[in-house]
Amino acid sequence: MTTQSYVRTEMLGEKPPPSSQVGIVKWARENLFSSVPNIIMSILSIWAIYYILSGILPWIFQSSWNATSLHGCRDSIAATYGEGTEGACWSVIRERWQQLLFGFYPKELYWRPVAALILLFVAISPILFTAVPRKVMLFSMVYPFLGFWLLWGGSIWLPLSAIAGFAIGYAALIMLPKIIGNLGATIAAGLLPIIYWLFVSGPVISGLNGIAPIGIEGVDSDEMGGFMLSIIIGVSGIALSLPIGILLALGRQSPLFIVKTICVSFIEFIRGVPLITLLFVASVLLNYFLPPGTSFDLILRVIIMVTFFAAAYMAEVIRGGLAALPKGQYEAADALGLDYWKATRLIIMPQALKISIPNIVSNFIGLFKDTTLVSIIGLLDPMGLARAIPADQNWNGIVWEIYAFIAVLFWIFTFGMSRYSMYLERKLATGH
Amino acid sequence: MVTEIEREVDRSHMQVSDEVAIQITGMNKWYGAFHVLKDINLTVNRGERIVVCGPSGSGKSTLIRCINRLEVHQEGSIVVDGTELSSDLKNIDKIRSEVGMCFQHFNLFPHLTILENCTLAPIWVRGIPKKEAEETAMHFLEKVKIPEQADKYPGQLSGGQQQRVAIARSLCMKPRIMLFDEPTSALDPEMISEVLDTMIELAEEGMTMIVVTHEMGFARKVANRVIFMDAGQIVEENEPEQFFTNPQSERTQLFLSQILGH
Ligand SMILES: Nc1ncnc2c1ncn2[C@@H]1O[C@H](COP(=O)(O)OP(=O)(O)OP(=O)(O)O)[C@@H](O)[C@H]1O
Ligand SMILES: [Mg+2]
Repeated sequence: MTTQSYVRTEMLGEKPPPSSQVGIVKWARENLFSSVPNIIMSILSIWAIYYILSGILPWIFQSSWNATSLHGCRDSIAATYGEGTEGACWSVIRERWQQLLFGFYPKELYWRPVAALILLFVAISPILFTAVPRKVMLFSMVYPFLGFWLLWGGSIWLPLSAIAGFAIGYAALIMLPKIIGNLGATIAAGLLPIIYWLFVSGPVISGLNGIAPIGIEGVDSDEMGGFMLSIIIGVSGIALSLPIGILLALGRQSPLFIVKTICVSFIEFIRGVPLITLLFVASVLLNYFLPPGTSFDLILRVIIMVTFFAAAYMAEVIRGGLAALPKGQYEAADALGLDYWKATRLIIMPQALKISIPNIVSNFIGLFKDTTLVSIIGLLDPMGLARAIPADQNWNGIVWEIYAFIAVLFWIFTFGMSRYSMYLERKLATGH
Repeated sequence: MVTEIEREVDRSHMQVSDEVAIQITGMNKWYGAFHVLKDINLTVNRGERIVVCGPSGSGKSTLIRCINRLEVHQEGSIVVDGTELSSDLKNIDKIRSEVGMCFQHFNLFPHLTILENCTLAPIWVRGIPKKEAEETAMHFLEKVKIPEQADKYPGQLSGGQQQRVAIARSLCMKPRIMLFDEPTSALDPEMISEVLDTMIELAEEGMTMIVVTHEMGFARKVANRVIFMDAGQIVEENEPEQFFTNPQSERTQLFLSQILGH
C-alpha cells in the first residue's frame, strides 16, 4: 500500500487557448532575428531587395505619360528629372493599350469582348464556387456559343444551330435507350449531331437567315489580337483540355487494347513534339490534310493544337492522380455495385482530380503563357504586338515598357489561378 | 486476437433456413501459374454464419472476394442467390448490389461525408430518392451507434468508428448476404469489441454472413460453422464447439495452438 496515490476528484473544464502575442517587434524578433544565421540571412535579403527596388522603382516612376514618340518621352523625362535620367516611357502604353488588349478589333465594338469576358466570369462561377446557385450552370452550358457569337458576331442562327446539334445528341441519349438499347443510343447520340452539322445545319441556317436575318456585325479572325486573343485561346484550351485529358487518362488504363493503344500513341506523340511545331502544322500543314475548299479559321486551328498539346500533359497529370488512389477505393466502389462510369465519376475522379489540383493548375498556367507562342505563326497576340509596335517609327527602339505591361497582364491572371488552386485545396481538405 | 465477448448472444432469430444462399462447386483459381484456390466446395444456407480462418496466404480473402467477383475464378461455378457468376456484367452488378462487403482497411470514400458514403450506392445503384436514402442511412448509422458523426469525413473518425460506418454503408443497400474480410485486424484492441458487437447484432437479426477472422471468441458465439483453410484448400469444416475442442486435422491443431497461445 502506498500513501501517495492520487485520485482526481474534479474534472477540469475547458480553457480558451493562450492568445498569441502580437506586435511588430516581437514578430520581427521571432521570424527575422531569432538566431545568428537567421540574422545574417535577413540582412542579406533586405539588402538584395533594396538593391533591386532602388534600380527599378525610379525607372518606373520617373517616367513620361504624355509624349507621342520615344523621343518625346526622353525629352520630357530629361526636362522633368534632369539630364541623363533613365525613365520609363509609359506614353506608348497610353497610346496603344487598346491595341494591346483588343488587337485590331473595331473600336466601336469593344463592348462585345468586354461583355464576353464579364459573362465568362459568370459562366465559370458555379464551377469555381459551390455557393453559386446550381441553376447558373445552365448559363455555363450556353456560354461557349454566346461567347463565340459576341466575339465573332454574325448571324444568331449559327450558334443556335450549333446548340441544336447538341440538343439532338442529348435527346437521343435520353429517349432512344428504351427503343434501341444503351449502346445504340450512345452511338446515335454521337452520330446524329455530326450528321446534322454536316448536312442539315447549313441549309437550315441559310433558310432562317432568309426568313429572319437576325445578327450582329461580324468581326474577322484577322482583326482579333492582343490580350483578348490570349484569353480566347487560353480559356478554350483550358476548358477543352481537362475533359479530353481525363478521357485520355482513363483510356490509357483501359483493358480494351485498341482504346489503350490509341490513347498511349496520342499522348506519347503529342508530348514528344514541341508546341511550336504543332502550331506550324496548324498554320501551314493542316490545310493540306483538310478536304479542298474547306477554309478552317486559323484561330480555331490553333485552339485545336493547343488543346491537344495541353490534353496530353493533362492526361499524364491525371494518371498520376489515379495511380495515387489506393486499390481499395476501386474495390469498395465495385463491391457496392457501382458500374464503371458511375464509380469513375463519383468515387475515382473526384479523388484523383483533388490529388492533381496543384499540377493541373500549373498546367493551366503554363498553357495560358504558352499562348504567346502564336505570335511566331503571325497572330497578333500581345507578344506579336510587342514586336509590331516598335516598327512604328515613333516608337522605334521601345522594348521594356511593352513587355512590362504584358507581364503584368499575364501575372494578374496566372496569380489569380494559383490563388484559386490554393483556395480549392484548402476547401477540399477533409482531414486525415 | 482473442477478444472476450461479454454480451450474451440472443439466438432466437438465428435459425438457418433450407434455402441455399451461396453454392460453390468445384471452384479453382490461379494467379498466373500459382494455384491459389483448389477445388473449393461450399454451400451456405440463408441465415447461416460462417467463419473462415487459416494461416496467412491460405487464400481466405481470395475465396470471399470470388463471391462478389472482385476476383475472377477460372473453373467451377459460384451461384449467389440463384444467379450464377459469369462474365455477364448485368449479373455481376446485380449480385454486387445484393452482397455487402466490409474490408480490413474499411475503404470508406474519404472525399464524402459519412452520410454521403452511406447514401451514394442506394441513390446511384438502386435509384432511391435522396431523402429516403438519407433516412435509411441515418437508421443504420443509429444502429451502429454513430448517428452524430453523419456530417464528418471518414478521416476524422477513429478506426472502430470507420469500420462501423463501413458496415452501415453496406447495410444501406439492404444486402441479403454480408462478407467480412478481417474486419477487426487493423483495429486497436479497445476498438475491436465495438465492431464485433455490431456484427453480433447483425447475426442476431438473421443475416447470412461469411466472416474471415481470427477472433475465435466471435466464432464460438456466433458461427454455425467454422471453416479452416490452408494452402488454398478447405482443410476442416465443423461446428465451433467441435472445431475448437476437438480439431481433427494436424494442421488445424497446429494453427489453433498458435493462435490461442501456449
Ligand atoms: N493479385 C495477386 N496476384 C498474385 N498473387 C496473389 C494476388 N493476391 C493474392 N495472391 C497470393 O494468393 C495467396 C492467397 O492470398 P489471400 O490474400 O487470399 O490470403 P489470405 O488467406 O487472405 O491471407 P491473409 O491472412 O494474410 O490476409 C497468397 O499467397 C498471395 O500471395
Ligand atoms: Mg486476407
